[in-house]
Parts: sequence; C-alpha cells; structure tokens
Amino acid sequence: MTDTHPSDTDPRDRGGPRQPILSVRDLKKYFPLRGPLGTINAHVQAVDGVSFDVMKGETLGVVGESGCGKSTTARLLMRLIEPDAGSVVLDGDPIGHGGITLRELRRNMQMVFQDSYASLNPRHTATEEISFGLRVHGIPAAKAREQALSSLRLVGLDPTLFADRYPHEMSGGQRQRVNVARGIALNPRLLILDESVSALDKSVQAQVLNLLAELKQRLNLTYIFISHDLNVVHHVSDRVLVMYLGKVVELGPVDRIYRAAAHPYTRALFASRLSMNPALRVEAVPLSGDPPNPVRPPSGCRFRTRCAMAEAICAAAEPMLSSVADAHQAACHAVIPGSGHSQAEALAHAA
Amino acid sequence: MHLYILRRLLYTVPIIIGVTIVCFSFIHLAPGDPISAVLPENASTELMEEIKAAYGLDKPLPIQYLKWLMHVAGGDFGTSIMTRRSVVSEVLPAVGKTALLAITAITISFALGITLGLLAGFSDRRVTDRSITAFAVVGISVPHYWLGMVLVVIFAVQFQALPATGMGPAGTHVWDFGWKDLSHLVLPALTLAMIPTGVLARSVRAMVAEVRRQEFVQTLKGKGLRRPRIFLHIVKNAAPPILAIMGLQFAQLLGGSILVETVFAWPGTGFLLNAAIATRDLPLLQGTVIVLATFFVLTNLAVDILQTAIDPRVRRT
Amino acid sequence: MSATVETSPVAAAPRATPKRRRTGGFWRRVARHVMRDKLALLCTVILALIALSAIFAPWIAPADPYKTSMMRRLLPPLSPGYILGTDELGRDMLSRLLYGGRVSLAMGISPVILATLIGGALGVTAGYFGRHVNMAIMRVVDVFYAFPSVLLAVAMAGVLGAGLFNSLISLTLVFIPPIARVAEAVTTQVRNQDYVEAARATGASAPRIIVQHVLANVTGPIMTYASSLVSIAIIISSGLSFLGLGAAPPIADWGLMLNTLRQAIYVAPINAVLPGVMIFAASVSFNLLSDSLRTAMDVRA
Repeated sequence: MTDTHPSDTDPRDRGGPRQPILSVRDLKKYFPLRGPLGTINAHVQAVDGVSFDVMKGETLGVVGESGCGKSTTARLLMRLIEPDAGSVVLDGDPIGHGGITLRELRRNMQMVFQDSYASLNPRHTATEEISFGLRVHGIPAAKAREQALSSLRLVGLDPTLFADRYPHEMSGGQRQRVNVARGIALNPRLLILDESVSALDKSVQAQVLNLLAELKQRLNLTYIFISHDLNVVHHVSDRVLVMYLGKVVELGPVDRIYRAAAHPYTRALFASRLSMNPALRVEAVPLSGDPPNPVRPPSGCRFRTRCAMAEAICAAAEPMLSSVADAHQAACHAVIPGSGHSQAEALAHAA
Repeated sequence: MHLYILRRLLYTVPIIIGVTIVCFSFIHLAPGDPISAVLPENASTELMEEIKAAYGLDKPLPIQYLKWLMHVAGGDFGTSIMTRRSVVSEVLPAVGKTALLAITAITISFALGITLGLLAGFSDRRVTDRSITAFAVVGISVPHYWLGMVLVVIFAVQFQALPATGMGPAGTHVWDFGWKDLSHLVLPALTLAMIPTGVLARSVRAMVAEVRRQEFVQTLKGKGLRRPRIFLHIVKNAAPPILAIMGLQFAQLLGGSILVETVFAWPGTGFLLNAAIATRDLPLLQGTVIVLATFFVLTNLAVDILQTAIDPRVRRT
Repeated sequence: MSATVETSPVAAAPRATPKRRRTGGFWRRVARHVMRDKLALLCTVILALIALSAIFAPWIAPADPYKTSMMRRLLPPLSPGYILGTDELGRDMLSRLLYGGRVSLAMGISPVILATLIGGALGVTAGYFGRHVNMAIMRVVDVFYAFPSVLLAVAMAGVLGAGLFNSLISLTLVFIPPIARVAEAVTTQVRNQDYVEAARATGASAPRIIVQHVLANVTGPIMTYASSLVSIAIIISSGLSFLGLGAAPPIADWGLMLNTLRQAIYVAPINAVLPGVMIFAASVSFNLLSDSLRTAMDVRA
C-alpha cells in the first residue's frame, strides 16, 4: 500500500491533497503516580511534546519499544484520554473551540484495537456491535443494520453466516475483521490501527493486512499503523515515526528510515530485526544500559544513557526534531548541524 | 507494607466519623420532634433544659452534631431514659456479656467449622463430603433465632438438661466458669456458632479443594512428599483467607447476636437494644449502636492488618 | 485461537461452511444449566409451592387465619379439623402459615429488589465514572457497610418505629452497600475493557454506553450476588418481625408467629417451632438456588 492516492475525488476533502489530514502539535500526557496515601508523588511522562502530520492517503507507521507512548498517543488522538496540552487539527479544523466537535472527530477517525476478543462486547452479535456506532450517529435501526451488513461484506465476512454471531463463536481473525468492520462502518477518513494485527497468527495476519490494503484503496482511507513488528511496518508504511520514552526521535519516508536511519536509537531498534532467527525479532532492543525511568527521564536527550555516541551536549540540551534530509527528521545532536556534537557538521556560516 | 497499614488506619477515621453521623441522625429520623425523642414522657423542665443544652437542639444541625460528637468522643453518650443512668455504664457491661457469648461461639465454630471443612475437603468419600456440605448449607440458611427455639425445645423442654434462658448466677456475680454459669452459655453459644460454622466449613472445604488442584501440590506429590507434609503446605496457603473469614464472622456476631440474645434473654447488647427500642430510649440505642459499630470497624481493621502481615501476596503498597 | 483456517478476504466465506450451532441467548443457557441441577430443581419446586400456596391462600386455606377461638387454643398438630393445630389464640396454624407466606416472602424479596436497583445504580455510576464520583458514592456506601447487617436493620427499624414499611426501608438500606460494592467492582472491570473504549470512540454518550454495553455485562454478576442475599433477607426480615419490629398483630407472618408463640414454648413446643420451618425452607431453597445460578454463570465463560 505504498502508492499514495490523491484524494481529489473525495467529497469529504476540504483542504486539498497538500493539507495534512491530521496535524498534531506538542501533544502531552503526564499520568500522575499516587503514593500509598493517595497523594500524587510524581508523573509518568507518557507522551511529552509529540508533533507530527499525517498526509491524506498515506500509511504512517509508528514504532518503538513497549511503553514508549505509542498507544497513549493513539488514545490521545481519539480523545479516549484527555491530553494535558497540545492541539490536534483534522483537515484544517481544530477540535473544539470553534472547530469541529468531538463527535465529528470520532466520525472521521476510528480505531482498531489489538485484542480482538476484549474489544468486542461479549453480549453483542457482530451486527449489533457494528451498528452501535451508526445508531449513535443518528442512523435509524433498520438502516444501521443494513449498513452493518454491508460493512461485514466489505471485510470479507458473509453476513448470512456471521451477522448474528457472538464473539466467542468466531476465530481471532474473524473477530478482528468485525473490529475493522466496526471501524469503517462510520465511513471515517482516518483509521488508527493500534497493534491491530499483532496478536494474530502469521497467516491470518497476512490476510488481514491484505484486507486493510484493499479497504484503504476502496474507501480512500488514511492509516496510522502502530506496531512493534518492524517487518510489518516496513511492508505497509509510507512514512515511519519512531518514538522513544514519550518523544518522537525520528520521522521519515519508510525507505530512508529502514536504509539510512539517522537516530542511533532507530539504528539499534533495527539491529534487532536483522536477526535471521524469528524468535529474536522481538521488542527487546540490544542496547547497553538500563532503560531509563519514565518518571525521571534523563536530562537533555532521553536516549543518551543508552547511546554509544553520547557526549556532554547530549546531557546539556534536548535535541529538537530537525531536518536531516528531504522529508526526513531526527532528534539527535550528532546529526544536527552546529549542535556542538563532535560528529555534527559545523554550521556553514557560523558567525 | 507499613504505608499500607498507615493508609488503612487513616481510612478508618472517616468511616468512624460516618458511623457517628448515621447514629446522630437517629434522633432526627425518629418520629416526633427530637427533644421528646430523647426525653422521658414525664420529664421535668430542668431535665428538658439540660438535654436541650447538651444536644444544642436550637442550633443548626452541623453544630448540634459537632457538639454531640465532642461529648461522644469524651465517652459521654448521654443518659439513659429508661434507667436514668449514664449510657456508658449500661453499655459497657452489656458489651462484656455479648463478647463472652461471641467469643465462645466463634471458638466453637472455629474448631467445628475447620474440622468439618478439612474432613470434607480431604475426604475421598462422596458421602462425607456431601453430608458436611449439606450441614454447612443448613448452618448458613437456618434462621438462628428459630434454631435457638428448637434447641430450647429439645434440651430445656424435652430433656430439661440445660437452662432455657438467662445468664444464670453470672448475671449477678463474677463469672466463675462453674457448671452453673457454663450451662447457661451452652445453648446460646451453640446457636450463635451455627452460621460461622457453616461459612467456615464451606470456605475451608472450597479452599482445600482449590489448593489440592493447584500445581505446586501436584508437584509435591510428584516429589513423593508424604500426606502430612502436603497437608502442612495446604494449611499454610489456606490460613490467611480463613483467618479473614473468621475475623469478619466474629465481627458480625458482635452485632448480630441481638436475635439470639432475645431468644435466650441473655443480658447483653442485644437485650439492651431491645429494651431501648421497646421504651424508645434513643440515647441508649445510639450509644449501643456506636459502640458495636466501632467494634465492628476495628475488628475488620485488625483482620486486614493481620492478613497483610501474614500473607505475602496481599502486600499492597 | 483455534482457527488458523481463514476465509480469504472479500471473496466471502462459504467454502468451509462452519456448522451454525445456535447456542441461544446467555440467559437461556443459564436457565438450562440450573434446570439440569436436580437440587436446584427441587428448590425451585419448593419455592413455587410456597409462593403459590401463599398467593392462593384464600382458596386453599382450610380456615380463616384470623378467626380466634379461646376454646381451641394451642391444639397440637393432627388435631381433628386442625392438621397443624392452633396457635395461642386458637387460630388455625396451617391457614396462618399459608397466609404468612405472603408477607414473609414479599418482605424477603422486595428489599433485595429495591436494593439491587438502588445499589446497582450507585455502584454502576461509581464504577463507570470513577475518580471523584466513585469516591463520593463509595465512601458513603462504606459507612453503611461499617455496620453489622443485623444491627443496622434492627437499629433503623427501631428508630423509625415498628411496621412493615419501616422494616422494608431498613432492610433495603442494609442490602444497598454490599450490592453497590459488587456493582462497582464489576463495572470498574468492564469499564476498562477495550469494547467500552471502542464504544466511547464512536462518540457515544455515557448513558448510552452504560445502557448498551455496561449493563448487559454487569447485570449477570450483580443479580447472582443479589440472589444470594434473598435467603439472608428472609431471615432478617422475619427476625425483625420476631422482635416485634415488622408485621403487627394480627397479621399472619412467620416471624411474628414465632414471636407470639414463643410464650407457649413449654406448653406446645411443636406449634411454637412450626413457623420457623417455613422460614428455614424458604431460606435454604433460595440459598441453594442462588448457588446453582452462580455455577451456571461461571460455566459460560
């Protein structure tokens, strides 16, 4: 699904193909940590100043170790949890404050969760589950059911067989198809796939991925594809965003990121993937040093405690996400010209 | 763990305050105006003024409550309308008598309930298991005041082996553990023991069955450990929850003995409550309820802390 | 997950047509399981008999339950014309026991129903909204939970004054806290499930999510728990009448009958004890039935 489709025929499009469908700026979420006496002792900086754009029709892959804030970001975008700070703009419209309502945001943006079983109500049939969202948005029951059935057909489930099935009467792959059907039922423009295929068997995974690719074309969708599986991300993404401890450390076209990663963390992450042994292709990053505590992250660059290239400047100043090449950004002093890092180029016209 | 205990202790304070608020509201919930609710019908004007001042009944409710709470905190629960004596001097001896009954009952049910539960849990014979389980269900579902009457019919009326009512000489002198005193204790204590025995037997049986199924016991068996040793392991795992259940049951007995005390005319808190209700002696009712509820809260607290102390798995931070 | 054989995408599925086994609704499955349990079936029959005989008491009772007779006081059971004898005022015991089921069963069941509605609403609200709402509701609930149940019932009924209505209020108050606690616990659990998140993601309002997603998943556990309280409610409500705090004479009520017949325990011990047999039968049956219900609920998983 690497070919981005210009959305010039989509009547829902407002800002044109050049305007990002989603613009995220400085998103923050700190979770309070309560002590045994119920007092707030500290905060986990789950998402700390994340900014990125999602272009129309693309698939943006999001990778990083577990606990880096990928899923929290997804939930913040959906407003399932309230952000502490930051703004989200959907195709030129800010959320709230004179922009679009939360309801409209959610009609345009849907999410598919990882656990296919937990994300389906055990007491609802597939049709009931899918039509719930449609009913919420004011579609009458009979019509909602009809649309739910056509959504089922879209995800490759025969309504005559699956319409009235309960989650426990379906396989994992079938359930995840129902979840996708629920996601697309509202005819959204953006679908967040939070580890949506990670829990599936490899063969089933491939089928669901093919389905997603096909739906993307057919329904003119944009995907945010969150996964810890770097191979899958490579396969489906147009651009890749790398997160580390609540921050974006690198963002760029998939081929650049996979071939010429600029950030030492990204390189370390991909080093683990190169193993031919599938059992080793896990989230664990072969890095030295302890993973830092997200409650008290290191000063300056958060990666410096595990980074082989760390220097004094890395502890002193936080590297900003800076352009390293066309459409490729990284937050590392070593690649930011004039940062003071020994490997960084000196500024060409330093005063 | 210490922090957990501290937190648990702190948490108890608002609960006890809440309990006093509920008890305080009694005089306002009772039909009629609060003054006549706490006064005898033929009260003198001085007594009326005295009570009015003590309760501050002319002041707004929160002030009234705080005033009353100050008295209660100082151990002054007011004066009983029925006996004209201080409520404390009525309640404390009654609590002692109820405690005697409750402690005897919980001891009986501890011995009986655990024995039966272990027997049922370890027995490989269906009949033993079934009959003990049935007994436990009966113990839980029997109206204990009725069971008391049945026991009276059998042992006092039919066989005339035990006294039917009262506390015997102990009501008038110091308890001396002679047969005369003990004989009065037998029926009410047995009656009161029925529910906790049923609860315990059932829980112990379930727990033994559960632990026996668990992997580590299978491992021990596999290692060729003898039955007594396995038994010891099971006991070690089952002890904390059993202890908790016992504590809760004991706490319930303290407050739940009213009905049984009525059947046997046992002069404890239940008897006192009954008398207070019959004569609409609200200060006495308030005082008794506060003391019993506080005991209940503190027992639960003790159980919680003890359980945290002995069970590593419950070590909440 | 068992199925590794997946249907190919889009090109629908009928190739390995799975057998469409109709498992039926959840409650039907539970009912089937309970009915398969012989003991539970027996309890259902006993309860049905008690309830039916209470409802149809005017047609089946051999005598007027309120007609006193000074001549025929405390006749032993199996006396001619009085199968179960007479009470201390010469009223027919059997008729009074049949009629007594009306008040006693109603007073056992209705406080639990009321408490389930109120406590359930409180607990679900606390569990769903969490945080401060939870704090506010559950701390108050905890205060009432801090009283031994019998003590709270007796004290409340004692304060409010004797009478069926006041005893209904007291009993309801006793059962609200435990039910609210259970409701809060299961709701908190359900609330954190992904399917509730997914429902929120559609933009649905909280009441809508509670009604369509949460309730369907919490009513089972709440009702199972509530059913286990009916047995206790019958015992305590009859206990209140036994203390003279519930039904007032001359109403036929098992607890009140125990109370008034207690004076006659030396003269007519069997008569004195009879009403308790009814309380016991009802209480045991409810207890066993609720046990069976609980296992049935566990089985589905």
